[in-house]
Amino acid sequence: MSARDRILAKLKAAPLLPKPEPDVAAWFSTHRRTEFKAEKAARFRHFIELAHAEVHTVSRSGWLQKLREVLDAKGIEKLLVADSTAHGEAALDELPRHGIECQTYDLAIEAWKTEMFHATPASLTAARAAIAETGTLILWPDAAEPRLMSLVPPVHIVLLDASKIYNTFYEAMQSEGWTQSLPTNALLISGPSKTADIQQTLAYGAHGPKELVVLMIGDEQ
Amino acid sequence: MNAQPIHFKPAEGFRARSKAVVDNPFLRQSFRGAMDFLMSKRAAQFPDAEELESLRTLGESIRQYNLGKLPTLLEQLEANLTRNGIQVHWAETPDEANAIILDICHARRARLMVKGKSMVSEEIELNHAAEAAGIDALESDMGEYIVQLAGEKPSHIIMPAIHKTKQEIAQLFADKVEGVDYTDNVDALIQIGRNVLRQKFLEADIGLSGVNFAVAETGTLCLVENEGNGRMCTTAPPVHIAITGIEKIVEKLEHIPPLLSLLTRSATGQNISTYFNMISSPRKAGEKDGPSEVHLVLLDNGRSQAYADEQLRKTLQCIRCGACMNHCPVYTRIGGHAYGTTYPGPIGKIISPHMLGLEATSTMATASSLCGACGEVCPVKIPIPDLLMRLREEAFSAPHANPAMVGQGAAYSGVISAIWAGWAAVYRSPALYGVVTWLGSRFGWLMPSRQGPWTSVRVPLKPAPKRLRDMLRERG
Repeated sequence: MSARDRILAKLKAAPLLPKPEPDVAAWFSTHRRTEFKAEKAARFRHFIELAHAEVHTVSRSGWLQKLREVLDAKGIEKLLVADSTAHGEAALDELPRHGIECQTYDLAIEAWKTEMFHATPASLTAARAAIAETGTLILWPDAAEPRLMSLVPPVHIVLLDASKIYNTFYEAMQSEGWTQSLPTNALLISGPSKTADIQQTLAYGAHGPKELVVLMIGDEQ
Repeated sequence: MNAQPIHFKPAEGFRARSKAVVDNPFLRQSFRGAMDFLMSKRAAQFPDAEELESLRTLGESIRQYNLGKLPTLLEQLEANLTRNGIQVHWAETPDEANAIILDICHARRARLMVKGKSMVSEEIELNHAAEAAGIDALESDMGEYIVQLAGEKPSHIIMPAIHKTKQEIAQLFADKVEGVDYTDNVDALIQIGRNVLRQKFLEADIGLSGVNFAVAETGTLCLVENEGNGRMCTTAPPVHIAITGIEKIVEKLEHIPPLLSLLTRSATGQNISTYFNMISSPRKAGEKDGPSEVHLVLLDNGRSQAYADEQLRKTLQCIRCGACMNHCPVYTRIGGHAYGTTYPGPIGKIISPHMLGLEATSTMATASSLCGACGEVCPVKIPIPDLLMRLREEAFSAPHANPAMVGQGAAYSGVISAIWAGWAAVYRSPALYGVVTWLGSRFGWLMPSRQGPWTSVRVPLKPAPKRLRDMLRERG
């Protein structure tokens, strides 16, 4: 008999004690506020800024300009971008002529892991959506925009469409039908990497990005 | 009962270890300050008492619902993980779990394993097993890295190095990390750790992590963390091994948001952690990073014993937030190392007996004032005080057939049992009570002036010279 069979046999021999299914939807409908777009954007911004992220509201046509300003202000001359995404292509078109080198993630990590860890100061990715209640970005890494882009570079810049902000985590997963479509690795990110493991003193940049910059695209003015 | 892990310190030394901490003003101050900090941060996250109560009720019902169908959910989880390409392993004991993990390491000729925070890996003593097999197992959570450098074990399940001051950590880094000078600047210390560990994430053959929630319907492993080391361990190395107790399972993805909210708010007073990581498969064709192999080890280690009993099953509702420790007047004074077990504090007292047997842990349940704080703050309403009473009963009552727990009756004493039987007899019989109290009031002067531990900090017990009934009679 395998360990699996022994464990399952012990559990199945125990009394069944079935309990009623919890009504998660009912709880959220009575305990969480539902807000309009502008309020959600403001709440999202409030909480992610509390978590030490930097947020810039930008227009749909002006985000590249703001991206350049952010890179300039931080003295960053090299940016990792995903070349097969619309925003990655836009960055590739725009930034090199302003003196910013754009590196693309076109090889499997094994081919350039050392460079990724030691010579990639910043990255640009898009967020799939966000959550107002906690100031959280939802990232959905894929073949075009791999997982390590949002983790290894010390500065992570995220493009977010403000029309994709949900009230709650629950609303996001329900609205988007996540149970049918989870990727290899879905991520919620709520600020730059941090720790309070030394004498409860908060420090940023423990292992992941030291800085998280959100370019939040609002309505065209 | 399982063989005791290497780090396990026998319960006989509990009193001495506790006294050593209580006698150390620096440690006391350190724990007091840290617990006050965590308690106030949690309180700030729950300003609305009604909302907190309803969310706790929801959390409790989610955990109880899922435990109610645990064997079915484990099978569903296994089927969906396997379908997603994640390999599932089962271990009844710590030794079996270590053997599974080391087999995976050997198959990849692994030399270096980086570890995210995992209390289950502490429970099975994985670091020792890996070391014995010639594999370097490196803790990458900052707090865990610090305690590993110091040759210690975590003293808290959420904040492993909470017992250390920054000066101690500064000295530790200066002594143990090559090329580092003494600095007690916290940012500088974190950067030192970051630089050492970044290189290890790059080089590691294996990444190991725990699991906060496993979702049966989607075959997803969820991890909660702030530092990003958990993401590093589960993304950068070519192989990811996750390990979890069999109870950390939910049927539906929709069960996660309430539990995540309760967990982060109760643990560190954050409305959410920096990262919430949902892993559903190894690297797929065309993807450029992520491990090519993902494994999950499901560990029993006494949990099925707790599961078999309706009351004890509630122990398994735990989501490992540590709030019970932070609010426990005993933990706050003696810290985590005094317990001598992987899990300290109130949750440790109720889960450790299942892992280690009552013979080894019978005194733990008595180290409680039963003030009820642990039960009041538990985000999933585990009735910890009731469970402590039950464990006392299991440990101190006379051994009997078909016990619910291994080691039942381990602390049974015939003499103590006889004393209580006599006490009960006196209080049941008015005549006997009259005789005994009469004797007591006349011969109270015979009571010794030293009465064991009682008189170490109190005046001796002495029956009053007159009984209440005598005084009432005199008054007419």
